Amino acid sequence: MSAPPLLEVENLRIDLLGDDRRHAAVEGVSFRIGRGETFGLVGESGCGKSITALSIMGLLRHPLAIGGGAIRLEGQEIQSLPPGQIRRLRGSRIAMIFQEPMTALNPLSPVGRQIAEMFVLHQGAGWSEAGDRAVEALRQVRVPSPERRVKDYPHQLSGGMRQRVMIAIALACGPDLLVADEPTTALDVTVQAEIVDLMRELCAANGTAILMISHDLGLVANICRRVAVMYAGRVVEEQAADAIFRQPQHPYTQGLVASLPLLGGRAAHGRRRLAEIAGTVPAISAYPAGCRFNPRCDRATDVCRVEDPAATPLGDGGLVRCHHHG
Amino acid sequence: MSSSTELPPSVATDAAPLLQLDDLAVHYSVAGRLGTGRRLLKAVDGIDLEVRPGECLGLVGESGCGKSTLALAVMGLVAPTRGHIRIAGQDIGQDARPDRKAMARTVQMVFQDPYASLNPRQTVRRTLADPLRLHGVSDAAEIEHRVAEMLARVGLRPEHAGRYPHEFSGGQRQRIGIARALILKPRLVICDEPVSALDVSIRAQIINLLLELKDELGLSYIMISHDLGVVEHMSDRVAVMYLGRIVERGGWREIFENPRHPYTRALIAAIPDPFRLHAATARDKAKGEIASALNPPSGCHFHPRCPMRQDRCTVESPRLDPVTAGHGDVGHWAACHFADRTGAS
Amino acid sequence: MKLRANLLIGGALVTVAVVVGVLAPWIAHTDPVLDANLMNAEIPPGSEFLFGTDGQGRDIYSRIVYGAQISLTVGIISQIANSIIGVTLGLTAGYWGGWWDDFVGLVTNLMLAIPSLIFALAIMAILGPGLTSLLIALGLTNWSYSCRITRAQVLSLKSQGYVQAARILGYGDFRIMFTQLLPNMIGPIIVIATLGMGAAILAEASLSFLGLGIRPPFPSWGSMLSEARDQITTAPWLSVFPGLAIFLTVLGLNLLGDGLRDILDPQSRERRA
Repeated sequence: MSAPPLLEVENLRIDLLGDDRRHAAVEGVSFRIGRGETFGLVGESGCGKSITALSIMGLLRHPLAIGGGAIRLEGQEIQSLPPGQIRRLRGSRIAMIFQEPMTALNPLSPVGRQIAEMFVLHQGAGWSEAGDRAVEALRQVRVPSPERRVKDYPHQLSGGMRQRVMIAIALACGPDLLVADEPTTALDVTVQAEIVDLMRELCAANGTAILMISHDLGLVANICRRVAVMYAGRVVEEQAADAIFRQPQHPYTQGLVASLPLLGGRAAHGRRRLAEIAGTVPAISAYPAGCRFNPRCDRATDVCRVEDPAATPLGDGGLVRCHHHG
Repeated sequence: MSSSTELPPSVATDAAPLLQLDDLAVHYSVAGRLGTGRRLLKAVDGIDLEVRPGECLGLVGESGCGKSTLALAVMGLVAPTRGHIRIAGQDIGQDARPDRKAMARTVQMVFQDPYASLNPRQTVRRTLADPLRLHGVSDAAEIEHRVAEMLARVGLRPEHAGRYPHEFSGGQRQRIGIARALILKPRLVICDEPVSALDVSIRAQIINLLLELKDELGLSYIMISHDLGVVEHMSDRVAVMYLGRIVERGGWREIFENPRHPYTRALIAAIPDPFRLHAATARDKAKGEIASALNPPSGCHFHPRCPMRQDRCTVESPRLDPVTAGHGDVGHWAACHFADRTGAS
Repeated sequence: MKLRANLLIGGALVTVAVVVGVLAPWIAHTDPVLDANLMNAEIPPGSEFLFGTDGQGRDIYSRIVYGAQISLTVGIISQIANSIIGVTLGLTAGYWGGWWDDFVGLVTNLMLAIPSLIFALAIMAILGPGLTSLLIALGLTNWSYSCRITRAQVLSLKSQGYVQAARILGYGDFRIMFTQLLPNMIGPIIVIATLGMGAAILAEASLSFLGLGIRPPFPSWGSMLSEARDQITTAPWLSVFPGLAIFLTVLGLNLLGDGLRDILDPQSRERRA
């Protein structure tokens, strides 16, 4: 039997606890991430991608709670660990970066100290040694003149610099998995490109796997080897990144790819009317019966309105959840 | 309307421009720390630009480039420090105080955030009818008719008129925002990132709607966006801004197929596009962070980040000069000392 | 929506006070001023006189019931005046900014620096005692909080898209203030006004206690306390019942204000959508 994957999410269910009833905000989500692999989770706001990431970090808070399934780190279930042990995992083995680094950094503490804290907390280093290593960590994320920057407070840095600091903190203890939730959405595009390159290079050098959460299919397909597309709390399709763009199997993925005005498309094909996906994303409390995409799907038939499609395996270990895929 | 072939732009190239900016500058005085000393923020610094009737001008740039200030100036909400703004032949420059109501019937705006851009305490009917009343339409039947007609145009149903914003999804709210911008029948609409706050699966609906309305009503757009895919799809001409100046402008084909300014190339290289034939080269990518507009770099503002910087760039500010004779009289201009060397490779 | 305890309790207390005030002529047993009977002086609470009688033989219960009229009138009218002043200044200062904002800010800070009771005391000293001067004094001295809250709301709302859109549609400044800004900040303004009513009732009681507000023999809760001062050990019911009436009404208003804040807070409401 082969070694278990670095991260395995199996049949995960996350409940949104309402006043009188619970809704499944995420249901039947399964995926695996190998050591050093880059995996993308794509979807629109409210599809459940961010709370899936939070559940892996053990950071779900009321009214959200794991309602079933398993999250395993190298075969060990972590969703049922006591809070103290999860806290030890966070930072040392799983790290996370967020969309808005300003909210994740302590505004009253110099950034160097916040990086050094990681070495002190997780590796038992002394403060002076940790301080030297913080300078080194800033140099690694290519912050210019790191010796001076360690003394800066978060508000003195630009958005891109703050995200570099976040990456330095996240990678300080050489985690096995970096969870990145929309890490570049708040940044300008030219800065975004640099941050993405940096993240990818550092993780490749350290063998850190990446779980990238984003609404931007193009960005994720560029960075990740494999991509799962989420819609209304379910993974509707998972494939290798290039396949998901070139041969999407689920009508939702196909609709997304066709609806994006891609650079160069107009020069190649002229200005075509963009393909539209009708309707809007349903609210968690109003997920339709059967396939959750059926009210917006032009391929929907009677079976789609009653029966939730099972996952159909695709050639390369991918899957699609559709009665009429292809 | 949904033809798959590229029609020539419905631009009357010989017509007088609807909007013309001559050497437009907007400078703000900003207080320093602890109120000591005031510094000049050159948000917009010497811009020449025109928009012709029926044309969509794409305005591209990142934070601090001045595109929002430019929009405010065109709408008469900030006074220019220098230069002229002519809209439909009327000068609304720094000395001529614009007549806000007349401006309102000429220039309107569609906002980025559909959640913050509608008054939560007003029904859709009131949001659309109040401006009509304010602008002298007093007949109740006519108001009701125009509101219903406008709702139909943006793809909403008549019964939506009695509802409040919170009853709508983001995409529907953006349709209401578009209806409000068009209710006074303006000629120029400034679209400020009109789809970037929307769900990805909704964006195509709004982009298609904006293009249809432009053709049906003969509107001109200034399309402000950082999403180059959207800009390429919608624009007839494109202007790229960096720290208050235009660094390149031209027809959409020139800008996207043969960009001459290193910043434009960096912008294009930064787009994660899985369909791109060859990966962007390091030669194209920009380094480092955007400088503060309060303290822009000397010479060419882009030089600290430029992959092909020379000594000259740090001292001498490049002029916006024509790079080639473009198609027709559209023209292709770039502000780079080495624009000739950055041609297609 | 969950109804919160403070909203329920506060609402009940305030409702009782209002009902009592409105129905005073019907539920009072005797005329609060004229029905003095020295034969009945200082009878402790009992079956005949529910809350006892005072030194002149007047029924305390009836006087408390009529006192509710005065307290609530003072609270409501002075707070309406304060809200109008505060909201107008806050709206214009926040929207226009510039020297007008600096000026309003300065005046607000001055008002906050002078204890409002002392200020009201000075006005009362000039105008003389009585209900009208009380209303003027309290209605002019407690608008600083309304003004500050309004200004802060304007600053956060005026960058919203719909306010920008109104400007672009050619709306005039006052039209924007009253159709776009004011309706979207009515919640916090009501909360502040409710809390201010409690403060005004306390201020009325204090001024009357000092002999500068409602003059005896008219029954304000404050003036009743003032009269009862000398008999606090011999006839404690004279102080206990007016004190209790003030305490419960002000408590009710404060609870109501807190409860309203919970349901009117636009942030907690927006999140639902």
